[in-house]
Amino acid sequence: MKYYKNKPISSSEITPSYLFYARRKFMQLVGGATLAAIMPSTVWANDKLSASQNVTYNLKDELTPYKDVTSYNNFYEFGTSKEDPAENAKGLKTRPWSIVVDGEVKKPKTFDIEELLKMAPLEERIYRFRCVEAWSMVIPWIGFPLNELIKQVEPTGNAKFVEFISLHDQEQMPGQKSSVLEWPYREGLRIDEAMHPLTLLTMGLYGELLPNQNGAPVRVVVPWKYGFKSPKSIVRIRFTESQPVSSWMQAGPNEYGFYSNVNPDIDHARWSQAKERRIGEFFKRKTLLLNGYAEEVAQLYAGTDINSYF
Amino acid sequence: MVMRKKLLSYMRAQISIAIFDKMSFKNLSDKVIARVKIIVFLLAFMPLDKLLLYAYLNNLGANPIEKITRVTGYWALFFLLITLAITPIRRLTKWLWVMRLRRMLGLFAFFYGFLHFLTYLILDQFFDCEAILKDIIKRPYITIGFFAFVLMIPLAITSTDSLIRRLGGKRWRFLHRLVYLTAIAGVIHYWWLVKKDLTEPIIFAVVLTTLLGVRVFYGLKSIYKV
Repeated sequence: MKYYKNKPISSSEITPSYLFYARRKFMQLVGGATLAAIMPSTVWANDKLSASQNVTYNLKDELTPYKDVTSYNNFYEFGTSKEDPAENAKGLKTRPWSIVVDGEVKKPKTFDIEELLKMAPLEERIYRFRCVEAWSMVIPWIGFPLNELIKQVEPTGNAKFVEFISLHDQEQMPGQKSSVLEWPYREGLRIDEAMHPLTLLTMGLYGELLPNQNGAPVRVVVPWKYGFKSPKSIVRIRFTESQPVSSWMQAGPNEYGFYSNVNPDIDHARWSQAKERRIGEFFKRKTLLLNGYAEEVAQLYAGTDINSYF
Repeated sequence: MVMRKKLLSYMRAQISIAIFDKMSFKNLSDKVIARVKIIVFLLAFMPLDKLLLYAYLNNLGANPIEKITRVTGYWALFFLLITLAITPIRRLTKWLWVMRLRRMLGLFAFFYGFLHFLTYLILDQFFDCEAILKDIIKRPYITIGFFAFVLMIPLAITSTDSLIRRLGGKRWRFLHRLVYLTAIAGVIHYWWLVKKDLTEPIIFAVVLTTLLGVRVFYGLKSIYKV
């Protein structure tokens, strides 16, 4: 015979652990949501960045692991080896930060980074990323179409091109002490390329704010062009009538063209572009015309042979 | 780690034996030479050891094949230059024994060059003969790199004592001057493949120019003295 001072709790009364934790999770969620509602000014906290998944640009390819995306970078401002940026970009100060938007526009304006983050709904987009060096990744970026920003400044009829200028500060970017490229880093697009819905003003990846080595706090991602056409740590966007000269065009005019669309049929001056190594895979895969975005962007180059764009 | 410690303490012991064995540095006894050779041999494997260890630990970074290609290529060039440094070192220091390390160092240059080639053949291209042929024909840096590697093959083959004897010293020496071409082609290969940052190729080029320059200098000196 067993004696109990209190009646033992019957097993049916015990909250199953999954419910117990579900409640916790729910409370955390509600708490978080409430907090977010009280302080609606920030969409980011603890480097986390919330965004809704874009269903159209939701590539089914396996994502490149976060570790590889953030440790294998070409970002010459922080050194020329792939491991340098992750190591040397720690000193980059991304707050405060602003982008000057000027040139051939009716309403030139300086945008603060916090303002940018709230300008349009943030979307997560999974894009292929193809480097001119014949390797590639699949990255879940967070941002919104660059055209949202462009519409706000109202380009004039003379605005045929857009130039992007990255931060120039030797103190924060030790790689700029070397003259490997002409600093600041400059890139450019034709205005219709910049307006294309695929062209993403990017503030985050993998659900968080852009890590410094990936171009924090704000960059542009142009998925159908080689990676160097997607400038990082942008401080100025200038609208121009004539075609800007990018840093890489200056460095190697016959190796890096203004268009630099991903094209398996146009070899780089020194290596083939027919195949690429997807980071994490052993066998090379065939490179797709316009990096697989031909359907979306081919009309930008309609009427002319795509191979004539260099 | 244990292996490495053991190796290091062994090497330390060998070095102190070499030093305290009342040797002059001009000539070392066979016993000491044998020990020095063992040390150099073990040291020369360290880049490969490190590569294998990192591969085992899955620590070769996001693009392991690129890393292996770079490391093996780097050490092939490194050993080529070390091999070419032997004769100038002998001339400057009058240490005759360093000559006895030359063959091994040269073979290590070939060894790493061969690994470099295999990495390209298997890991990078996976026997895609068409792509490889296109590369060799169309891409100057691959053309010249392949040329550098091929030139090393006869040198490696004729490195045995019996073949040296059969060829005869004069012909052997003549043949082995190909190493100058290999080294020049190797450095050009590196120079041409780099995207923009030429720092390392420049260092290799400067060292190689110095090493070849020393030879030209001694050559001219002997001509004008005679």
